[in-house]
Amino acid sequence: MTALRVQIEGIGLWTPQATDFDALRRVLGGDVPLESVTRPTASALSINERRRAPESVLVAMEVALQAVNMSRRSADSLACVFASAYGDQATTDYMCRVLAKTPTELSPTRFHNSVHNASAGYWTIATDCHAPSSAICAGPASFGAGLLEAAVQACAQQCPVLLVCSDTAGVGPLGELIGCQLAFGAALVLSPAADGRMPQLNLALVEETSRHALLPATCTAWMRDNPSAACLPLMAMLANNGGECVVAASAQRGLLVKMEVSA
Amino acid sequence: MSVTSPPLAVTAYTATSAVGAGLCAHLQALDQQRSGLRPNDFNTTPLACWIGRVDGVESRPLPDDYAQWDCRNNRLAWLGLNQDGFLGQVHAARQRYGATRIALLLGTSTASIGATEEGYRRLADNRLPDDLHRSAIHNPHSLTGFIAEALDLHGPCLTISTACSSSAKVFAGAERLIRLGIVDAAVVGGVDSLCDSVLFGFNALELVSSEPCRPFDAARRGISIGEAAGFALLERADANPEATLHLLGCGESSDAHHMSTPDPSGAGAELALHDLFGRAGIDASHVDYINLHGTASQKNDAMEAALVARLFPPHTRVSSTKGLTGHTLGAAGIVEAAITLLALREGFVPGNAGVNTPDPACTPHFAWRNESRPIRIALSHSFGFGGSNACLAFARTTAGDNA
Repeated sequence: MTALRVQIEGIGLWTPQATDFDALRRVLGGDVPLESVTRPTASALSINERRRAPESVLVAMEVALQAVNMSRRSADSLACVFASAYGDQATTDYMCRVLAKTPTELSPTRFHNSVHNASAGYWTIATDCHAPSSAICAGPASFGAGLLEAAVQACAQQCPVLLVCSDTAGVGPLGELIGCQLAFGAALVLSPAADGRMPQLNLALVEETSRHALLPATCTAWMRDNPSAACLPLMAMLANNGGECVVAASAQRGLLVKMEVSA
Repeated sequence: MSVTSPPLAVTAYTATSAVGAGLCAHLQALDQQRSGLRPNDFNTTPLACWIGRVDGVESRPLPDDYAQWDCRNNRLAWLGLNQDGFLGQVHAARQRYGATRIALLLGTSTASIGATEEGYRRLADNRLPDDLHRSAIHNPHSLTGFIAEALDLHGPCLTISTACSSSAKVFAGAERLIRLGIVDAAVVGGVDSLCDSVLFGFNALELVSSEPCRPFDAARRGISIGEAAGFALLERADANPEATLHLLGCGESSDAHHMSTPDPSGAGAELALHDLFGRAGIDASHVDYINLHGTASQKNDAMEAALVARLFPPHTRVSSTKGLTGHTLGAAGIVEAAITLLALREGFVPGNAGVNTPDPACTPHFAWRNESRPIRIALSHSFGFGGSNACLAFARTTAGDNA
């Protein structure tokens, strides 16, 4: 297989106890987070849209903007891949409740917010982005599958790609079954590897599905409570400037990610 | 940066929709312009509209081995998978390449949310009932998880859920994986099934017609929602010199306009077409036929008729076939890709079913009736919510001549 080599130009992260990549660095360094924020800023959206958009969209917008700002890329021409294992579970719970009792009273806005590509739609509209956008999922392997898809796009099209992976807490009977209890989002801007000072990643599909260095208890709790937090082993590598890990890319296969230490 | 993509061989394909199961049923329905639409007999709460329902889905449970995946959407997937010898073709490809060298990319907008809706209708102590308390089916990857297991494929495995462009965009994802050498082949496709979410959701947006949909009719009144399953097997063209049907390329773009209506200027759709032309190494003058998105919504059809008039030469023939199948949402891309491939294989232009009085905005490009003529290059348009656009180009070639 052709080696997939990409570089990381930007990183975004948001969960109530760590609202950007610097806050995550502190957690990885051993700090126990105390503060807890309830809502991301999501300043890419207009005030009106911020009010209308569900939490799932706000989390995705927040991490996307963080990553794009760090990359200094212009969002309006950046291809994007939005991954989420469960989509907007709170909206799905609302829809199923209304449909079970009074289906003709379904809100049209909440219906269009229920599509899996709602975040991709809000993002491309807010940033006037006409580049291709996608919305994907792969169950618990959604981050790894999204990373593969974004890296393949970057290498095949020779262009930078924004990857966002986010999930929010479930509610109601669906929430009880799925067990996702936390809002967590992460984003990367990646592009084909080039000589430079940016972190370089080598990616390859392997038989095993998960392997990584020990992480602080806070991070393993996030990984238990949200499938998008499966990105944390890679985030830790980016924070530590080295290492390797395997993230699940499907039920059968993992993505071995090796970071080349920059000169 | 524009990158040209070499063509891929389409070595197997199949479709199941309201007009019937498999390619023969589709060819007959196209030939006779026989619509599969019927008055809505699906919802538990009445909704006056027409639907494209696949017969017999309910009565075909999945084989016991796949019991955890059993739900209406996956039954439709299984029905679709068992048509046209498709399973056998995939098994042969697995023998040839190995299970890890074949990717699986499926598009869906509904996945099995119909099962979640049913669970909420039958809650027991505010909990999903025991028979539906299965996490495998209550998430948007349910379809692809099931098909990966049913086909025993171990390569990259992805669900694309970009509303009505979902199962067109899977072709683009598969093409990139094959071009980079990550896999040797890919199974692509999509399945969407009727459920309350889409029927009452599109109804809330006032997009559902009370009569059978009439794409590009002057008096069109909205969409008729349908359900469908379809699959295709893509392989390297150089490894399959005898193949005569090829994927020439894919084009993608975003409207950046509105969550639930297309940009009336058609700028986003046009960008997807230019992306496609660049990758496929063709231009508008090479296009013999376009299977349009043509949903029968006011705004899509107005935008798309203007797009055709603006971009394509008079000899390009165009039509929508959603009057036969209904709008199958996340499955529309694959069903219409299959219809486009049939048109190439059989040498005909499908008529634009369902029209009484053509919209005056439609130019002479429109084929209102079937036309028998050889076509060499044909496109399929798919435009979805959130402004997600995808266009595909297919070609019929003589054996040994890779487009």
